[in-house]
Amino acid sequence: MKRKLTKLFEFSIEKLFLLSAVFCILALGTILIFVFYKGAPVIGKIGFLEFITGTIWQPQAEIFGILPMIVSSVYITLGTMVLAIPIGVLTAVYLSYLAPKKLAVFLRRSIDILASIPSVVYGFFGLMTIVPMIDKYLAKGTGGNGMLAAILILTIMVLPTIISVSETSLRSVSNSYREASLALGATEITTIFKVMVPAAKSGIFSSVILGVGRVLGEAMAVILVSGNAVQMPSSILSRVRTLSANCALEMGYAEGMHNEALYATGVILFGFIILLNILMYIVKTRSERKG
Amino acid sequence: MLKKLIGISLLGAAVLLTSCGDNGSTASGTTPTSTAATSDAASKIEVVGSTSVSPLIEKMAAEYNKTDANTKINIQAVGSSAGIKAAQDGTAQIGMSSRELKDSEKAQLTETKIAIDPIAVVTNPANGVENLTKDQIIGIFKGEIKNWKEVGGTDKPIVVVIREAGSGTRDAFEEIMKLTSEKDGKKISLVAQDAITADSNGAVKQNIATKENAIGYLSFGVVDDTVKGLSVDGVKPSTENVKNDTYLIKRPFLLVCKGEYDAAAKKFVDFIMSDAGQKMVEADGYISAK
Repeated sequence: MKRKLTKLFEFSIEKLFLLSAVFCILALGTILIFVFYKGAPVIGKIGFLEFITGTIWQPQAEIFGILPMIVSSVYITLGTMVLAIPIGVLTAVYLSYLAPKKLAVFLRRSIDILASIPSVVYGFFGLMTIVPMIDKYLAKGTGGNGMLAAILILTIMVLPTIISVSETSLRSVSNSYREASLALGATEITTIFKVMVPAAKSGIFSSVILGVGRVLGEAMAVILVSGNAVQMPSSILSRVRTLSANCALEMGYAEGMHNEALYATGVILFGFIILLNILMYIVKTRSERKG
Repeated sequence: MLKKLIGISLLGAAVLLTSCGDNGSTASGTTPTSTAATSDAASKIEVVGSTSVSPLIEKMAAEYNKTDANTKINIQAVGSSAGIKAAQDGTAQIGMSSRELKDSEKAQLTETKIAIDPIAVVTNPANGVENLTKDQIIGIFKGEIKNWKEVGGTDKPIVVVIREAGSGTRDAFEEIMKLTSEKDGKKISLVAQDAITADSNGAVKQNIATKENAIGYLSFGVVDDTVKGLSVDGVKPSTENVKNDTYLIKRPFLLVCKGEYDAAAKKFVDFIMSDAGQKMVEADGYISAK
């Protein structure tokens, strides 16, 4: 009897876990279906090629072209990564191998706090400090809102992700590698960059992909600092609008086809994210096969 | 990313829900007079239209329901044109519009002006320019006038701040200032492509307050001393000048209906036009229509 009860208990707990897991899949599925249901028909109406290669966005006149937003999103992502990867990976290396224990704890706490600041706060910080600074020293009074401001803010926002995921993977590299390398006469720094970092490379790569996902998806902070003009960026100070900013910026009052076109922008963004995940999957399986 | 998508999907769900409600109202709204005939029983008012007017009407409805809990007021924000259409075909007892009616629409509808929403052209307080002509404003927003010295200011670039597409304030501003052109029956905005776009009155204000060379437009209600309202063609942006029709950048908040308001709707409109109702108009930063 007692055994039977235990079994029943085990069974129901297991199913409870299954249910939790299914919930995530269900949520993903529902969102996918919903966004595509709302956004895909209008892409058909506009024409896929026209939608993604059009350079004019005039929703009131039902002209929908999002190429400037795609280009801006890509530029901003690249720019952010150029800054965030070196800073992030070097910080992760320092935290895992070089920092004194007490300092490492303090740094880790600070980075955790950085990660938990709401994005709108980053946005306001950017608007009130970074944007006026760019305006004063670089943009010569033309405003300061633009790609550079977005890149700087996003770099700060994405660092916690890159640092913590990279650090975890660096720390999971077996210590015997390090000892062996040091025993062979390699210096600490050589050991880190020739042995430890290469061994953790798949994890570091994941951290970068997660970071890219965050940059592509961030809307709130970007809206406040990027200027949101729909135009092809001509310099790093150009005012630009990203894909995700577009979804959020105009959702408030959009009606009819305009509303659907915003979902369509979401569909394209979704496409980017899925591509990114496939890329991550390929790289991971490859390095696992090798390793 | 996921958070954002969930946000979008929730928004979308809300849209779906409201559009379902729309279908429902088509059925019940076809005979509005019959439902309102018995004023003691629960009656229903469908109010459909402008996204700019609806927040005000929502507050009014909440206040109105404190004294008359039996009347259910359904408010749908779908835009002025859709609201006018709903009033014309009887889907809604009351339509909301934040633009003047066209002559063809005026012929078919009764309009009640409940408030005026003037739009101020604002700059940073540090800007020396106090007055612009209408043509200068048009030139600036089109991007043809690029430097403050061309309009009597210092030698500094002009930074234009606008609202996002779909915003009622933007629509009204562009229409009044003739900043649109018609092409195949579609309105194309002539505003400079590189203008900074902000997604709320607050964001516009913040941008202008922090940028010495900025210019933008704001609803009167949100103008404070962090920005400076400009005179247009020599007319100061003041409540008085709006009321005596000398300050011309303004839009009306209208309630419209086909023929006469039915009993339930009439009572609600009377409340809006009462002193208490008009006080709420002013509390929201608009100008009373009385």
